[in-house]
Amino acid sequence: MHVLPYLIAAYVFVIGCYGLATSRNLIHAVGCLAVCQCATYILLLAVGYRDGATAPVFSDIQPGSRPVVDPVVQALTLTDIVVGATVTALLLALVVQISKRHGTVDPDELRELRG
Amino acid sequence: MNPRARLWLVVLGGAGLAALLAAACLRLPRFGGGHHPYGDRAVHAALTRHTANTIASVNFDQRAFDTMGEMAILFAAVLGCVVLLRQARDEHRARPRPAEVAPPVRRYALVALPVALVTGLYVIAHGQLSPGGGFQGGVVAATAVHLMYLGADYAALERVRPVEAFEAGDALAASVYLVLGLAGVPAGTAFLANTLLPYGTFDKLSSGGTVPLLNAAIGMEVACAVVVLLARFLDQAVEIEEESGK
Repeated sequence: MHVLPYLIAAYVFVIGCYGLATSRNLIHAVGCLAVCQCATYILLLAVGYRDGATAPVFSDIQPGSRPVVDPVVQALTLTDIVVGATVTALLLALVVQISKRHGTVDPDELRELRG
Repeated sequence: MNPRARLWLVVLGGAGLAALLAAACLRLPRFGGGHHPYGDRAVHAALTRHTANTIASVNFDQRAFDTMGEMAILFAAVLGCVVLLRQARDEHRARPRPAEVAPPVRRYALVALPVALVTGLYVIAHGQLSPGGGFQGGVVAATAVHLMYLGADYAALERVRPVEAFEAGDALAASVYLVLGLAGVPAGTAFLANTLLPYGTFDKLSSGGTVPLLNAAIGMEVACAVVVLLARFLDQAVEIEEESGK
């Protein structure tokens, strides 16, 4: 099954989207967005994998002695994680303020408040 | 739209999206295949510049400009959180009450704190050699400080963590990254080009040219940013109260 890792990434993404669409709590929605982002980590790392390869760090292996996985997608995953963490922090700060101003974190109730 | 109709719409759209994603997955290159043109070139470039950790080389040398953008995102997000979580007009600051901590928790936190802090600094310092780097080590070092909150109480944490100093440190580290990028420009090289310093001996702390310096700047930036972020959220939870006395 050489497409399984890609399918897992797609599955995690769709599950996250489902959670986002049916969420009744903004904190839960932020968590679902983080799940969607996890799908991109899986996809990136799956794209970069090479059979029988090790980490692209040459402090303890001789360069050229073993195949290494793609370092470019690993660096992209790191960027992805950092951006994901900052977005989560910013969204949670927004949720804190929404909860203080409106007294609820249910998106449906918030829509009714807006009229 | 009523919830039931919305759920059907979600299921319909989700099924379509899932089908398209599955069809796309089947057309992707085989998992574990040997054809990685960018990866091979990145490894080659990292080795010619004597950087043992290829990912550090990609982040702080080959894609150093993108890392600057990433740092700007982090900086802007912290700024946004500071603005969003400021003390509003109808709120006041209550002094946090001293808390009782179970002796085993206190002992463990006080033993683990220096260990975690040194681990974080080690991970930052060896970013160009072994797995890790400024981003990872910065988070470890920043969370280590917060063991003080677990082991003692909030007042003790505030004594070891002056937020203003960390805010200044965040800005300072971001400017250090910019200055390091500009340092080579008068000599006629491109912005953030790794030509400023000798590449050094492979697999030694000083190897990789400007990679260790940019890595250290990012480590400081991330550590300060995480401390400031957590301070703002903890302030909301511990100190700031609404005027009505909720």
